[in-house]
Amino acid sequence: MKILVCISQVPDTSTKVVLKDNSTTIENAGVSYIINPYDEWYALIRAIELKESGIASDVDLVTVGKANTEPVIRKALALGGDKAIRIDAESTDPYLTAVYIAEYAKSMDYDLILCGKESIDYNNGSVGSMLAELLDMDYIGFATEIKIEGNTAVVKREIEGGEETDSCKFPLVISCQKGVAEARIANMRGIMAARTRPLTVITPTVDDALTSILSYELPPAKAGVRLIDPADMDELVELLHAEAKVI
Amino acid sequence: MSVIVFVEHDAGTIKKKNFEAVHYASGIAQKMGTTVTAVILGIVDNAEIEKLGAYGAQKVLHVEDSRLGELHPRAYTSALLTAIEKEGGKIIITLNDINGRAVAPRVAAKLKAGLVVGALTYPDMDKGFVIKKAVYSGKAFAYVNITSDKKVIMLMPNTFPITETTGKTVIEKLVVDFSGKDFGIKVNEVSKVTGEVSLSDASLVVSGGRGMKGRENWYLIEDLAKELGAATACSRPVSDADWRPHHEHVGQTGGTIRPDLYIAVGISGAIQHLAGVNGSKTIVVINKDPEAPFFKAANYGVVGDAMEVLPRLTEAVKKFKQHK
Ligand SMILES: Cc1cc2nc3c(=O)[nH]c(=O)nc-3n(C[C@H](O)[C@H](O)[C@H](O)COP(=O)(O)OP(=O)(O)OC[C@H]3O[C@@H](n4cnc5c(N)ncnc54)[C@H](O)[C@@H]3O)c2cc1C
Ligand SMILES: Nc1ncnc2c1ncn2[C@@H]1O[C@H](COP(=O)(O)O)[C@@H](O)[C@H]1O
Repeated sequence: MKILVCISQVPDTSTKVVLKDNSTTIENAGVSYIINPYDEWYALIRAIELKESGIASDVDLVTVGKANTEPVIRKALALGGDKAIRIDAESTDPYLTAVYIAEYAKSMDYDLILCGKESIDYNNGSVGSMLAELLDMDYIGFATEIKIEGNTAVVKREIEGGEETDSCKFPLVISCQKGVAEARIANMRGIMAARTRPLTVITPTVDDALTSILSYELPPAKAGVRLIDPADMDELVELLHAEAKVI
Repeated sequence: MSVIVFVEHDAGTIKKKNFEAVHYASGIAQKMGTTVTAVILGIVDNAEIEKLGAYGAQKVLHVEDSRLGELHPRAYTSALLTAIEKEGGKIIITLNDINGRAVAPRVAAKLKAGLVVGALTYPDMDKGFVIKKAVYSGKAFAYVNITSDKKVIMLMPNTFPITETTGKTVIEKLVVDFSGKDFGIKVNEVSKVTGEVSLSDASLVVSGGRGMKGRENWYLIEDLAKELGAATACSRPVSDADWRPHHEHVGQTGGTIRPDLYIAVGISGAIQHLAGVNGSKTIVVINKDPEAPFFKAANYGVVGDAMEVLPRLTEAVKKFKQHK
């Protein structure tokens, strides 16, 4: 069984957003980049677990990004995985990202494609579902547990106000979130081994973006907190009713 | 060329956020001088479907197939594509929720339509087709221009106030030519938390962090939530420690919510937590440490011990309800 894990590079979660060029770009000087947490902690680690338990034969990683994403994909390889593919393109539009991954994956016979619930920078959560459409595959989103039984994935996923267990024959795309795997840290051996694992760069057939970001804006500063006497909760309730109008 | 809106329902009941999606579609249709066609799937009474008229749907296409009571992303996609083709739809609206995310990106990829996930505004058509959405988990907003001819917009729930009108709708049955592949996913088991308010829909949320000390104190959070009719949530360390189920965890790696009121108790306000809740309209922070970073993001703050403040607040809410 062959698995492909989609890895995206995102700014560190503690990044402070600073705008520049008349608010048309987000400053990237001083920003450190990480593997998107959902991709690392859940999708990638689950794929590695499946390989370690002998269920998966191959675990490949793919990222759409320019050369500056290589440190992050190397870091992913240090956690595990047989090889990495970097598709040399800017990933500005979820559709383009999906098209490029699909173009690579369509002749590769992956049984399972794992991605994260969403990338924490653009919060679209749509690459996986688009990829499934482009590859004519099934898609299960918001997975919290993935088990493999023969040629079938048995997946627990979040639904509104609860959980559902689905099963689906390969091939399929699954987007992963908390619960799918237990976090782990790359060890020195993994880091050394990763150096010898292949990272292939491929150039996609260029397609058109369907969206573009014209500008950014920062949220307005809060007016400042109004402190309430901890002994007087009636006042808080009154303010929530009369001033904030939320109850 | 009507605006198409995908309307979900919960076992035959249409929820407020779905009316909001129709209302939003109607706002766009008015700007463009056209009408709204809603698409609803599965088993729903006509009386329930007719309610969509009051929010601006002139027509509803109903795919009455019992298999659609469960989410089948490919079948839903086929149904929407059939409706879009029938109506010559170029603008498609869904919500940014679990089902929306399983379907809208597929529809967008199939139609080669530009997609905006989590729309917060109506499209500005003077500059193209520009929509505001949150990025970096609410730390910033982006103005996204859709440049393709067809467009898919996933509205952020709880963004626009809705009002009923006297509008009426026409219901038409839509027959979809499903293929075997459309039902490739088998649903084995569904477990719903019943009797509680679901977090993603809740307009009021009471949330606890590590400051609650342990699961044995959670009744304090639950009592307040019950009195308010609120849902409960928690910070990540709380669900990591199994004090609460993981679907309650909000933040960068958990759920993103935008309730009218978020009451954070014993939560420090780390940036990763704020990422999931900073779209809340009003934030109340209860924390014994006046230096807790959460106070900077709060509208109202109470510096005090949660174990003492919570019962007092619950009591105050009870009193308020009696006198209202
Ligand atoms: C990549 C990444 C992703 C993350 N994702 C998330 C996420 O999605 N969601 C999330 O929540 N966190 C997330 N975190 C963790 C986050 O950084 C914080 O560690 C976490 O939010 C802290 O939880 P807390 O506020 O409950 O606990 P603490 O930081 O321990 O804060 C407890 C608070 O309770 C107060 N307190 C203590 N006793 C009392 C009392 N008796 N009465 C009143 N107040 C009291 C204390 O003053 C303190 O402010 C993430 C971290 C990383 C690195
Ligand atoms: N540039 C990228 N390269 C590879 N995978 C990506 C990329 N962007 C997004 N993904 C995958 O798609 C998931 C959802 O991302 P998004 O739709 O951007 O929120 C991520 O968690 C990744 O697994």
